[in-house]
Amino acid sequence: MNMPFTMPPLGPIMPEILLVCIGLILIIVDLLYPRNRELLSQLTLLACIGLIALLFNQKPASTFGNMFIVDPYSIFFKVICLLGLLMTTLMSGQYLTIEKIRHGEYYSLMTFSVVGMMIMASAADLIVIYLGLELMALSVYCLVGLLKDDFRSNEAAVKYFLMGGFSSAILLFGISLLYGMTGTTDLAGIAKYCSEAGIMKNPALLTGFALVLSGFCFKVGAAPFHFWTPDIYQGAPTSMTAFMSVAPKAAGFAVFGRFLMTGFPELHEQWGTIIAVIALLSMGVGNIVALSQTNIKRMLAYSSIAHAGYALLGLLAGTSEGYSATMTYLFIYGFMNMGAFAIVILLCSAGNRRESLEDYKGLAKSNPMAALLMLIFMFSLTGIPPTAGFIGKFYLLKAALAAGYTYTVICAVIFSAISAYFYLRLVRYMYMDDPQEEFVAQYSPGLTAALALSTIGVIGMGILPGSFLNLAARSLIGF
Amino acid sequence: MIPLSWYMILAAILFSIGTYGFLVRRNIIIMFLSIELMLNAVNLNLIAMSHYLECLRGHTFTLFIITVAAAEAAIGLGLVIVLFRNKKTVYVDHIKELKG
Repeated sequence: MNMPFTMPPLGPIMPEILLVCIGLILIIVDLLYPRNRELLSQLTLLACIGLIALLFNQKPASTFGNMFIVDPYSIFFKVICLLGLLMTTLMSGQYLTIEKIRHGEYYSLMTFSVVGMMIMASAADLIVIYLGLELMALSVYCLVGLLKDDFRSNEAAVKYFLMGGFSSAILLFGISLLYGMTGTTDLAGIAKYCSEAGIMKNPALLTGFALVLSGFCFKVGAAPFHFWTPDIYQGAPTSMTAFMSVAPKAAGFAVFGRFLMTGFPELHEQWGTIIAVIALLSMGVGNIVALSQTNIKRMLAYSSIAHAGYALLGLLAGTSEGYSATMTYLFIYGFMNMGAFAIVILLCSAGNRRESLEDYKGLAKSNPMAALLMLIFMFSLTGIPPTAGFIGKFYLLKAALAAGYTYTVICAVIFSAISAYFYLRLVRYMYMDDPQEEFVAQYSPGLTAALALSTIGVIGMGILPGSFLNLAARSLIGF
Repeated sequence: MIPLSWYMILAAILFSIGTYGFLVRRNIIIMFLSIELMLNAVNLNLIAMSHYLECLRGHTFTLFIITVAAAEAAIGLGLVIVLFRNKKTVYVDHIKELKG
């Protein structure tokens, strides 16, 4: 058999190809200049900025037989992931020096995982979704276990690996059922076949759908599939925790949204209810368990579960208004969470990680600037105006309300009020208590830049939300 | 010819055994083997469906899954070795530094 081979156009996938090349270059540079660590982070930063500029100039297109789609929706999520990489790289320098991590592969692994996320954001086919997901996950497993001599980091990596592998297997079994029922792995094809053949009530199809849904919930860390999150966030190197709480989560939501919107728009009545329950559980578990935490990384992990619940509110609405609210929220969440973790890194010094909430007592007296910034990020995470967190939450609740999920919204507001307790407790520790030790934080240039960027993001989007919302809304045109 | 449903039932049984093993066994290596069993149940499902539907996508997907599983094995066993160097155990019950 002789089949002609035609090369698919590579233009749409160029940013991913370039990022893979950059990852490889980072490995080579590490080999050639083993003493110059600064070079690696500078290269990564340049690559991020260049790629964000490139992405903004990309035209909507598709390649590889519609398996890989570039549209404003995917570009928006890719920018979130790249911003996550940018800010993590900025704050990594100081952390790596303190923890004495000298692995050159740190930056290249992060780059490869971002390639996986960008592929996920663009994937319109279950095969591509799976490949992107695994590229992201495998790189992150290694990064979590990077502190080789620290048992907690080993433990987190092994737990993450087992949980991730298990969730991938569940996801795959769901995908195999979907493929068997519809005869295709293309999301648009699945939707077309389902509505034409009228098999929406087929039990095997629904089982497959439910399995895929639980696989995605694992990846975004929504309850009841959240139990891996706190352990892994606590054990991982802090810069990786910051990265994991923003970029993979955004990529997970990108896939989640596209799967529901392109693949199963007709089942909205069924999955709307399922997602409402998942969102409520996530907000409940996240916010209530966070009340009893004494470790800041663990507290932020539970807070990230709760925030996954908030972000799901936009998906469950199933409207373009809801999707744009979720996208805006993830963008804002990226800034405020990165900021909070930057402060956690700022307080970290050799031999004393200061990860306990007690360590924040009296921070306003010893380090007024750090305390003020943490105050802003905590206000934003709670959702207090005029910070960006308020705007994000407001539009999510508005979208869910417009779609008719009144009770879900009422519960969300109540859980949000509960969350104020543990966020503001940290503020009280910082401002009302006396310092326990003399400690002056060291600001490295990178960390300062990361803090400045996230503060500008949180305040700027809080005061002038219009332009960002327009950007998110425009990203959905043509969906 | 063996009907498709037999393959699907076999795959579902294999997948359930894998899930059971993952949830019940405490040895990290055995848990990892259970995940591999689950992945192979998926492969069986995909191949059977691909043959039945006369469509090559399932075949292609299986090749990808096998490749990724190999990469996953390399990384997973690497992580277990690093863990074993610090604390001589492969049982998840002994790994409980992180909790709260």
